[in-house]
Amino acid sequence: MTISQVHEGLEKKQFSALELCKSYLAKIKKEDKKIHAFLTVSEDLAISQAKKVDNLISRKRKIPALAGVPVAVKDNILVEGVLCTAGSKILGNYLAPYDATVIERLKKQGAVIMGKTNMDEFALGSSTENSAFGPTKNPHDLTRVPGGSSGGSAAAVAADLSVFALGSDTGGSIREPASFCGVAGLKPTYGAVSRYGLIAFASSFDQIGPIANTVEDCQLVFDAVKGKDPLDSTSLDLREKKGKINKLRIGLPREYFDKKTDDPRMEKVIQAAIKKYQEKGAKFIEVSLPHTEYTLATYYIIAPAELSANLARFDGIRYGFSAKDSAKKNLMEVYLENRGQGFGPEPKRRIMLGTFVLSSGHYEAYYLRAQKVRSLIRKDFEKAFKKVDAIFSPISPFLPFKIGEKIKNPLAMYLVDIYTNSANLVGLPALSLPVGKVGNLPVGLQIIGKHFEENKILEIAKWNNLRT
Amino acid sequence: MISKKEVKHMAKLARLDLTEKETVKFQKELYSILDYVSKLNEIDAEIAGVSRTDYTFSDESVVRQDRARKKDKEYAAGLLKLAPKTEKGYLKVKSILK
Repeated sequence: MTISQVHEGLEKKQFSALELCKSYLAKIKKEDKKIHAFLTVSEDLAISQAKKVDNLISRKRKIPALAGVPVAVKDNILVEGVLCTAGSKILGNYLAPYDATVIERLKKQGAVIMGKTNMDEFALGSSTENSAFGPTKNPHDLTRVPGGSSGGSAAAVAADLSVFALGSDTGGSIREPASFCGVAGLKPTYGAVSRYGLIAFASSFDQIGPIANTVEDCQLVFDAVKGKDPLDSTSLDLREKKGKINKLRIGLPREYFDKKTDDPRMEKVIQAAIKKYQEKGAKFIEVSLPHTEYTLATYYIIAPAELSANLARFDGIRYGFSAKDSAKKNLMEVYLENRGQGFGPEPKRRIMLGTFVLSSGHYEAYYLRAQKVRSLIRKDFEKAFKKVDAIFSPISPFLPFKIGEKIKNPLAMYLVDIYTNSANLVGLPALSLPVGKVGNLPVGLQIIGKHFEENKILEIAKWNNLRT
Repeated sequence: MISKKEVKHMAKLARLDLTEKETVKFQKELYSILDYVSKLNEIDAEIAGVSRTDYTFSDESVVRQDRARKKDKEYAAGLLKLAPKTEKGYLKVKSILK
C-alpha cells in the first residue's frame, strides 16, 4: 500500500486506522519470522496511536497526510518508552527516554509506529549482518542480504510489513538497502532533517531519510520531517522552490560506470533506465569526478574518526550494558570490560581505526589529509554541477549478495558503498530509485542532486514512473 | 605498518578490552585497511595548499543561549532507572581517588 492509498481509504471509511494497524501487526507476527526486519514491535503504542486517528476521523476532522499510516523506525532513532538498541548488545536494554525530532514530527501527523527495525550495529555495515541480533533477509530472496545498514527498514517496506520506514544514511545506508530491496529511499542534504535523537555514527555525514514504495511517498515523509530544529544546530530550512523542470540535463560520471567491478547484468538495467529518460527529453552529458578513486579511502578515515569519538559515550555507567562487577575492579577496568564485552566486532574494528587515525603521530598523515581530499571531492561535484541538474549512477557495483559472502572480509564489504559514499562526504541529497530487476533481484538507480535540491531529484525520479 | 604493541595501545586509548585473538585479528585487518587508505598519499602534491572540509554546508555559526531545560522529577528518575548502579539519586561509580 502507498501513503495516499491509506489516506484515501481512511477518509472514505473503507477501513479504520485500528483495523489497518491490526492487520499489519498480524502480518508482522506471521511473516517476520522468516525476514527478521523488526527487533521490537511496539504493539501497544501502535494501537493507541491508531485509536487517536480514528477518534479524529469520527469527529469529522481533516487528517494529515501521514495520519494512520504504519511506519517502521530504524533502531538507532529514539522513540520514547521503546527499546532502542542500535543493533548492539551494549544498548540491548536501553529504553529511549525521549522522542527524536523526526518521531515527534511523525507523531504530530498521526503516523502509527509499528516498531523498530534491524540494522548493522551502530549503522556500521552494508548488509545488516553486523547486527548483534542476527541478520535480516532480503524479501526477494531469503538467502541474500537486504543491504544495510537500514536493512530492516527496507525489508519491512519491501515485504509490506509497513507502509513506509525511516532509515539513516552515513555512507549509503538508506540508498543501498532500498536498492537491494526494490524500494525507494532518500538521503536528504546534510542539515535538511534534524539529527536530534538519532544515535550518532559520523556527525558530519549522518542524515535521517525515508524508505517507501514510491517516490511520492518519500516526498510526503520528507516534507513531514524536514526543516530547522533548535535541538540540532546543523539543521536548516530548505530554500528550494518546487517547480516544473524543463530541459533536464543529467550528468553521467565516467568514473561511476566501472566495467571492471560493476555487474554487467545490472548495468544493462541502468542503461535501459537512462534510455527511457532520453526518450522523455532528458539530455545526458558525460561529466568527470576525477577524485572518485579516493572517495572510499577518504570516507574510511573520516567516518571511523568521527565514530570513535561518538561511541566514546557508551561506557555502561549511565545506561546500557554493564559487565559483571567485582569489588576488586577499578574504574579503568570497568570501562575496558563494559566496552570490550558490549561492542561487537565491527564497532570495535572501526573504533580502533578511528582512534589510530586521530592519534598523535598519525593525525596529519591520515585524518588531516583526508579532510583535505574531502575538499577536492567537493570541488569535483561543484564543477560537474555547473553543467548538469543531477547526476545518475549505479547505487552499488553489486546485486544483493548471499548472506555470509562478504562478512569475513571487511574491506570487500566497504567496497559495496563505492558509489554512495561521496554524497555523504559532500553533503549532497541522493536517492535510490528501483528501475528494474536481474532475475528476481532488484536494481536501483542513484540520482544525486545539488545541495537542498531534493525536490528536484524527487521530481526527476517521478519521471521514471516505474515500480518494480 | 601497525605493530601488535600499537594495536594494544589503541585499544587502551579507546577503552576496549581485547582478547589475544582479537588483537591478532585486528592487527591484520587494520593493516589491510590502513594500507588501502594510504592511497591518499598518491595525491600529496595536489592537496598542498588545499583547505580542509569539516562540515559540508555551513553558512554561519549557530549559537544559542546556554540554558538548562527544566525537566520534572519523574523524568530525572526515569533517566536514573537506566543506570546500572545508583545510590540516593546519584550514579554510582568506582572511586578514582585513593
